[in-house]
Order: sequence, then structure tokens, then C-alpha cells
Amino acid sequence: MLFWQILIDGFAISALYALGATGFTLIFGVSGVLNLSHGAIMVGAAVAAWAASSELGLGPYAGALVGVVTGVVLSFATYFLTVRPIQTSRKIAEAEKEIFILTATLLWGIIIQEAIAYLFTNNAKTVLPIVDGVVIVLGVRTPSNEIFTAFVCWFAIGLLWLLVNRTKRGKAVMAASMNPRGVTLLGIELSSIYLTVWAAYGLLAGTAGILLGMFLGVSSYSVGPLTASAFSIVVLGGLGSVSGSLIAAYVVGYLETATAYLVSPAYRTIPALLLLVVVMYLRPQGLFGRR
Amino acid sequence: MKLRPLPASRLFWTGAAAFAVAMLLPLYASGYVLGLLTVAYYTAVFAMSWDLLFGFAGEVNFGPTFLIGVGAYTAGILDARLSPGISIYLCILAGAAAAVVAGVALALPALRVSGPYFGLTTLVAVLMLQNFIIVAADLTGGEIGLAVPDVITIDASANYWIAFCFMTVSGAILFGLSRSPIGLILQASGQDKVQAGALGFNVTKHKLVAFIVSAFFSGLAGALMVFYMGTASVGSFVDISVGVQIIIAAVLGGRRTVIGAAMGAVFLIGMGELLRPLGELATLIVSVIALCVILYFPDGFVGMLRGGARA
Repeated sequence: MLFWQILIDGFAISALYALGATGFTLIFGVSGVLNLSHGAIMVGAAVAAWAASSELGLGPYAGALVGVVTGVVLSFATYFLTVRPIQTSRKIAEAEKEIFILTATLLWGIIIQEAIAYLFTNNAKTVLPIVDGVVIVLGVRTPSNEIFTAFVCWFAIGLLWLLVNRTKRGKAVMAASMNPRGVTLLGIELSSIYLTVWAAYGLLAGTAGILLGMFLGVSSYSVGPLTASAFSIVVLGGLGSVSGSLIAAYVVGYLETATAYLVSPAYRTIPALLLLVVVMYLRPQGLFGRR
Repeated sequence: MKLRPLPASRLFWTGAAAFAVAMLLPLYASGYVLGLLTVAYYTAVFAMSWDLLFGFAGEVNFGPTFLIGVGAYTAGILDARLSPGISIYLCILAGAAAAVVAGVALALPALRVSGPYFGLTTLVAVLMLQNFIIVAADLTGGEIGLAVPDVITIDASANYWIAFCFMTVSGAILFGLSRSPIGLILQASGQDKVQAGALGFNVTKHKLVAFIVSAFFSGLAGALMVFYMGTASVGSFVDISVGVQIIIAAVLGGRRTVIGAAMGAVFLIGMGELLRPLGELATLIVSVIALCVILYFPDGFVGMLRGGARA
């Protein structure tokens, strides 16, 4: 019974982690940007969905749509207001751009977080779920919403896989992550590839944020922990490796769920952190890194 | 980067003027302003120690609060447990020593990796410390915080002087170190690790030294701050948001300058307080200002004062 409970709960949580981390690793793989405003974008999308569905009374579907659009808008804003000015700046030495992007996205995240706190207060918000009720799966009472979350996550990841492997645009993105110069030599505009990636990132992060908001609820305090957990999952799996991130998301998700059920919810994050330290020590490039 | 002679005109005079104002302030300012500046000066030391490690060694350290937290909590716990029987100065020294040990323990695995991996390792260290403090609530006071029975003094201007002298002395030491051969080697290894190694410098050894010095001053400042505030809590010493503020202060003031980090810290805390009447908007406005400075004046306040004459 407990075993099945851990299996099912862990699956849903892990799927959510996987979706959140996929966008993060996509951006890093293609443009080498570690976007530390990740958590803020997720929370921003969730809060927008909450405001539209509950406060304005538009219902769950319209709310989710507003949330996804907000995610994309925030993603583009991140790119045009912080990342791009630094990438094209002549005042900043090439070697230092990485730290500038880290600091700027961090600040941008704080700006979003504070704006949310100012406009919508710090209170936790639960987005109106699209599906309601409870079903019994393998003898475990499971909220339908949990199954819905896992399903949407894998659907979105599957779509991304199709986009990257089956469309011309996606193949160009893949190529850009391997060799940006080669792609430009083939006559593909690199900046338009970046736009595609940031749009995809906005969709992924926005969807993940809304699902999180339906599943566990969000508040402006969740921004930091969300960024940290995406960062750890992505590094654990190997920066830039999407399949590595998916596996790492499941490792972390199940470790956390099992600890919460078997030991105590207070110790939830500790085993995952320990694992991360061990992996960093023995295999610094992550489990599936290609460095 | 070419190193300028020290009295670099505008920068030098601004510094001298700021120093003079700081010296005269206790005569005129209220206890409230002095208390605020006391905290700002300790934060300045945090930011300067961070700048030595990052600005010069080029490593993105997300874990300044790991070192600060270890120093602060070691000193606080020792005092809380052994209160009348132990001098607080011994507690403070023990805090600094513990921070150095923690720094070495963190540096050994962390220096094996670089870039984002180094950043994550330091971030994880903070999260682990935070978890430990909350789980071991009997010892550390957990989420509520640890009450420390003794303070150095309750006199606002005495506290101000202690913080100010501490900041000046540690700033001078860190600045001297950054201009010494060690600082130059760190800077070289930050710019090109392989070449610096090829010139025969032991890059890892120098980074370890930077880590230890950074840890020492962070821990010392953390311990002193505990005995100024009379309490230690996760929110004021360990939380990631505290570390973020330190990083922003250092980058805002201008990296690789040590002094800039101090200016950034005083600016951040001062602005946060000036804008406090605006409530939630205060942090928002400070962050927007910081973002603009980083985007348009990448060399920070120090770069602005130098007048952008840098090549």
C-alpha cells in the first residue's frame, strides 16, 4: 500500500520536476545561459493563471491559457531585457559574460518575485484545477489532478521531443546546441534559433508552473527553491543533456517522496542534496554529461 | 586590466570623503542610523570576502552564507551553551576558526570542478547547512532562531566603531592581498586557468588560499554580527536571499576592486531602508536599479567613479 503510494505520488512529482528542468536544460544546451529567473517565471505563470481563473472568474481553461501566455511573455522579457543586452554588450569582456548573465537573471527573478508579492501579496495560491475528484489507482486514493499533471507533463515532453527530432526548425536548434558556428555557416540565423528556444522555454516553464500551482500551490516564496531544484536536477543529469535531466528528475523526485513517506517530511530534501554532493565529487559532469 | 596607482584622482577623493563622513557620523547621527550602518558594514565585509574569491579567482560562489552561517552559529551556540563561563571573544575566534575549517571542507570538493558546477556545489552547501539548522533545532534554535545571552555592548556608537574599524581593517587586508602577488596570480588564473598553470603557478593552491582568507573574514564578520544582534537566525545569516544580496552588492560596486563591494553593500542596505516607506516596492526598486547598473555600467560604482576611462 505504502509502496504503491510512493510509486504513484513520486511519479507525478517527478514528472513535474522533469518538465520544469527540461526547459532549463534546453536553454543551457543551446545558448549556454543558466537562467536563474527560472523559478520566478514558473511562479509568474502560475499566479497569472490563478488570478485569471479565480479572481477574474474566467474558469480553469482560460486561466491556464493566460498562465501559459504569461510564461512566454516573461521568457521573452528575460531574453530581451537581461540576456541579450549582455550578450551583445561591448563593455563586458567575453569571459565575464557568464557571471553577468547569472547575476542579471538572478536580479530579474527577484524583480518578478517582488512584483508578484506587491500585486498579489505573499500568500500561497492554488490554481483552480482543470480536473477534479479522486480515483482509486492500485488501491491508492489518488487525486485525478495528480494523474492529469503527470499526463500533461509527459505530453509536453513528448511534443518537445517531436519538435526537436522531427521538424526542420527543431533540427536546427539541435545543431545549434552542438556547433553554433556551423549552423550560421549553413545560412541559418542564430538569433532566430534563440527566439525559438526561448519561446519553447516559456511554454515549458509556464506549463510546469501552472501544473505546480494546481498540484501543490505556489507563493512568491517558492521562487528560490524552484530555481535551486531545477538547477540541481539539471546538473545531476548533466548540463545540456535532456534525457539526463529526465532521469535525474525521477531520481530526485522518488528520493524526496520516499524520504517524506518513510522517514519524515522534515528531511525531505536532504538525501537528494547528499546524492548531489556525492555525484559532484565523483563525477563532476553529472550522470549523463557529455563534457 | 592595468592596475592604476592608488590615488586614482576621483576615486581616491570620493573614498577619502566617504571615510571622513563615516568618522564624523557618530557625533551627529541618531542611534537608528548608526545601527543600520553597523549592519551595512558587516555586510560590506561579507561582500569584500566574496569579491576576493569571485572577482579575482573567477569562481561563482553561491555559498557565501555557508561560511558566514558556520561562523555565526558556531560563535552563537558556544555562547548560548557555556554562557557565563566563556569569553565572547573566544566565541568569536572559534566562529572564525570554524568558518575556515568549513571553507577548507567546502573547497576540497568544490575546487575539483569549475563554472556552473562550482556554483552548484556551493549552493548545495548552503541548502545543507540550512536543513541541518532546522532539523537540529535543539542545538541551533531551528527556524525560530538562536538567542545569544551576551552582546559585545549595547551602546550604538561603540557598536558602530567596532563595525567600522573591523570593516576598515579587513578591507585594507583584503585590498592589500588583492594587490599582492597572490592576488595577481588569482586574477591570472581567473582569466585563463591553463595559461596560469603553464606559467608554473599552482592554481589550486592559490584558490585554496583565497577560499581560506574569504572564509576567515566571512566567519569573523558573521560571529561579530551575532554578538551585535543578540540572535542568530537562518533568515539573517544563512538563507540564499542573504547570499544573493552579498553577490549583488559586490557586482554592483564593481568586481575586482574589494572597495567597490563595500560601497555596494552600504548602498544596498541604505537604499533598502530609505525606500522602506514604499513597503513591498522597496526591494523591487533596488533590484531594478541594480539591474540597470549591471547592464549599463558593468564596472559598477567604482567603474563610474573612474569615469569609464578604462581600456
